[in-house]
Amino acid sequence: MSSFENGWALTLIVFLPAVGAAAVLAIPKAQEEAQKWTALLFAGVSFVLSVIVAFQFDYGAAQTIQFGPDSTLTWIGAINSNYSIGVDGICLPLLVLSTSMAVLSIIDSWNHWPEPHNPKVFSALILVLATGMNGTFVALDLILFFVFFEVVLLPMYFMIGIWGDRNKITVPVIGLETEMRLYAAIKFFLFTLFGSAFMLLGFLALYFKSGLETFSMLDLSGGVAERGLEGLAVWVFAALFLGFAVKVPMFPFHTWLPDAHTAAPTVGSVLLAAILLKLGTYAFVRIAIPIMPEQSQNWAPVIGILAVIGIIYASLACLAQSDMKRLIAFSSVGHMGFVMLGIATLTDIGINAAIIGMVAHGIITGLLFFLAGSMSHRYHTREMARLGGNQKLLPIMGGILGFTAMASLGLPGLAGFWGEFLSLLAAFNPLEGLSITLFRTLMVIGAIGTVLAAGYLLWMLQKVNFGEPSDEWLDHEMHDVDGYELAAWVPLVLATLAIGIFPKIVFGATTDAVTAMVTKVFGG
Amino acid sequence: MNVQLDFHALLPELLLTATVLGVLIVDLLPVRKQWTAVVGLVGLFAAFVPLLTLGFCESLAFCEETSVRSMFDGSYVVDTFSLVLKGLFLGSAFLAVLISAGYLERGRFWEGEYYFLLLCSVLGAVVMASSRGLVTMFVALELVTGPTFLLAGWRKGNARSNEAALKFFIVGVLSASVLLFGMSLVYGTTGELTFAGIREAIVGLELADPGFSDLPLLNIAVLFTLLGFAFKIAAVPFHVWTPDTYEGAPTPVTAYLSVVSKAAGFVGLLVLSYQAFADLRSIWGPALWILAAASMTLGNLTALRQDNIVRMLGYSSIAQGGFILAPFGAAVYSGATGAQLEDAFFATVTYLLVYAVMNLGAFAVVIAVAKRIGSVDVKDWGGLYQYAPGLAGLTLIFFFSLAGVPPLAGWFAKFVMFRSLIGIGEWSTIALAIIAAVNSVIAFVYYARVVKSAWFDPVPEDVLTGEARSAQLAPTLGLAMGIAAAMVLIVGIFPSVLSELGEMTKVFVAGF
Repeated sequence: MSSFENGWALTLIVFLPAVGAAAVLAIPKAQEEAQKWTALLFAGVSFVLSVIVAFQFDYGAAQTIQFGPDSTLTWIGAINSNYSIGVDGICLPLLVLSTSMAVLSIIDSWNHWPEPHNPKVFSALILVLATGMNGTFVALDLILFFVFFEVVLLPMYFMIGIWGDRNKITVPVIGLETEMRLYAAIKFFLFTLFGSAFMLLGFLALYFKSGLETFSMLDLSGGVAERGLEGLAVWVFAALFLGFAVKVPMFPFHTWLPDAHTAAPTVGSVLLAAILLKLGTYAFVRIAIPIMPEQSQNWAPVIGILAVIGIIYASLACLAQSDMKRLIAFSSVGHMGFVMLGIATLTDIGINAAIIGMVAHGIITGLLFFLAGSMSHRYHTREMARLGGNQKLLPIMGGILGFTAMASLGLPGLAGFWGEFLSLLAAFNPLEGLSITLFRTLMVIGAIGTVLAAGYLLWMLQKVNFGEPSDEWLDHEMHDVDGYELAAWVPLVLATLAIGIFPKIVFGATTDAVTAMVTKVFGG
Repeated sequence: MNVQLDFHALLPELLLTATVLGVLIVDLLPVRKQWTAVVGLVGLFAAFVPLLTLGFCESLAFCEETSVRSMFDGSYVVDTFSLVLKGLFLGSAFLAVLISAGYLERGRFWEGEYYFLLLCSVLGAVVMASSRGLVTMFVALELVTGPTFLLAGWRKGNARSNEAALKFFIVGVLSASVLLFGMSLVYGTTGELTFAGIREAIVGLELADPGFSDLPLLNIAVLFTLLGFAFKIAAVPFHVWTPDTYEGAPTPVTAYLSVVSKAAGFVGLLVLSYQAFADLRSIWGPALWILAAASMTLGNLTALRQDNIVRMLGYSSIAQGGFILAPFGAAVYSGATGAQLEDAFFATVTYLLVYAVMNLGAFAVVIAVAKRIGSVDVKDWGGLYQYAPGLAGLTLIFFFSLAGVPPLAGWFAKFVMFRSLIGIGEWSTIALAIIAAVNSVIAFVYYARVVKSAWFDPVPEDVLTGEARSAQLAPTLGLAMGIAAAMVLIVGIFPSVLSELGEMTKVFVAGF
């Protein structure tokens, strides 16, 4: 085995962006071109490497961990935690999604860095974020996973806090008046930190109380660890659930998300929606189900019900929004509801649906946030009522917006379709032992949710794109999309089409891996 | 009486004593007073070298190997545990001197005397790490504390500084008397002065008379001894002196108090609990459990309301003390195995090592910013990142490390603390772990407030004058912050660097 396949490829994919961040910070503040090119170079190399990994990946053995180091590399000997990384079919699509979004984010912001400018620190933050995201998808050790999972918090906190929305709001409950960005940044961090503190306690309980004394996800999986936990298992699952569900976010824990999305600068919203939310759902697939299959079955109805509540609640909330970005943010909650419904069925179809749903949501909602950002850059408002007639003013941008909204509502032939359709299909026939009545009811309610989703997205299109432009824009000179925006968006449009028409791009990697996992933990 | 001295083992103490005298002599010479700081730094560095030769004795040709370097009938012992902690004290003192240098020069304080007293206190801490008897420990503790009463009042013309010194002195004397009272009872019941002897005596008495360890007298003896240390480590409810003293004392002294002096208290607590009172865990386990829970909760909740950053760091250090104490709570469970107690001991030592670096770093940043803008009010730190991005970056590193955010060193300290509690896995320790988890979230709020102010807020109009903008950092302060920041980052990403040291100290509890 070459050293490329032997851990080095993944290590470079994960840590090159961090090196790039240090390099960018070392460049003097005035040399903005050099900073941008350095950032793009490091993110780009990381992306190219991930594509090479995707091509060299052995799809015939998608269920086995590949590209990991041969021998055990000790990371922290005292606590028995190892530097164990690798990809299988489940995380490969997400890894490529993550590396590509980092590159596209840098390209998109090339000529319009959000206020207060400072591309140096901003691009360094994107790169640190990339390290955290890529690392989470390849980590196979619980503690390594935890550290990467947390590393993403800091850059996002600063992105929202420095470059975020400066409008004044009144904080609910306390009644304090402050700027949107400050409130959203701390809320985002506190919610996630609260969840992950308990997640960490759960990991520790798995280590000690399972009797296995290991943090390796592979060694703990298959139910061995869970049986060791005995009566504690339900609490351990509750701790993990809290950590993951906040990140997803699932229904009662979702309140940080609309604020964070609305306040964040464009790139922040894009990466938050496209990648950060996936860390939670990915953790359910990678950690919660394989390690605790029995509790997963006990909790599946709860997860399913919360997921469906999320779908309906988010749809209704969308219909009540006047802010375009906030509407897209709430639609994320709904889409993640479909992903979680797929996961809750615990079947191979459902989990496959969840993964393709994650990838599709990453691409489509990422694009929607790019669009919302570019539009508010031009109109200086996100009020949908004032944006009417966009199609006439900015035809290309309006066209892409129309296309993306169609993809987001799950139009067959585009990427968004597969996740929603298959997770509803899976809910028709959940894992043996789960209540069929309940899941079929959930399926029906979820299907109503897809109608509502079509409703609010079309309503948004109608308000934003159609009609006559308001008089207030007459004196403004409007530029349609520029080259940088096209360079960032066209790949996403093409990916939406490609996955929609040919979902095997994702399923080719995931199907075998998911089937093997489900067979292993639930005995077929 | 065996008075054979192992000079190799005593070399750090001897070199430090020589340095103390050296500072006094240089202070008399007609040279610039900064040379006293240089002598102090060189002396601290020199005293560090024998720690290495002692630690790696087996691989050195000239080193005469002895299994345990024990002196004065076992009341002075040099083992790996004491070596690691001496390293902590010397390293922290090195940073503290670096932090002090610019501050003293600028404020026109007396320098020679300052370093003399500081180094005397460090000598006490170093002796503390080897003390294995009631008398040596008491002498060491007083040597640590005595000079700091004076240092706290170093801003002579300032009423707050005087108040700080006076409060500190009164509480210090009170705690010393509580400690002495407890120690006299321990001696009275067991008839032994060394900790090893006390432990044996307790086992023997329990054998001869089952139920002996339930005697109220013994309970009072143990609790008073430990409570004497509770004042030193500022555990709630013995913390009331801390905020005023921390705020009033010169900030470098506060940094020293919150790290070296506090760590010395913890060392005493560790040695007494895990050696002398090793078989009385049923007495001190619950007591320290309560102190840990109270310290972290009260410290954090009060810190939330502080606008003065030094005062906030004061309450934060009370809360951090609670986290450091938490692994002691593992002893609540009477069935804890030797390996589990080793983990608890390891967790406390590791947390202490990490805490020392990040807290010193945080204080160094406070001193640096206070020099720029002349204020330690959190509101006045607004927009720091716009005119001093380097200091804003360091603020981020140290304050988020204190909050325990990966990949900064603080996460590993919190992690091993949780690990020791969950490892026991009884309801009482899990409850403490949950209290600690909730507290780490609360703590984040006030640490983030400082970072928020420095990075997100606009520059307040009335704070920054033209003079402040151009103020230069003292190079020594810059060096101290650089060292601390590098260590926080390295330990955060490669915790093994530090956990190896923690592992070495486990030998201390290997006898369980």
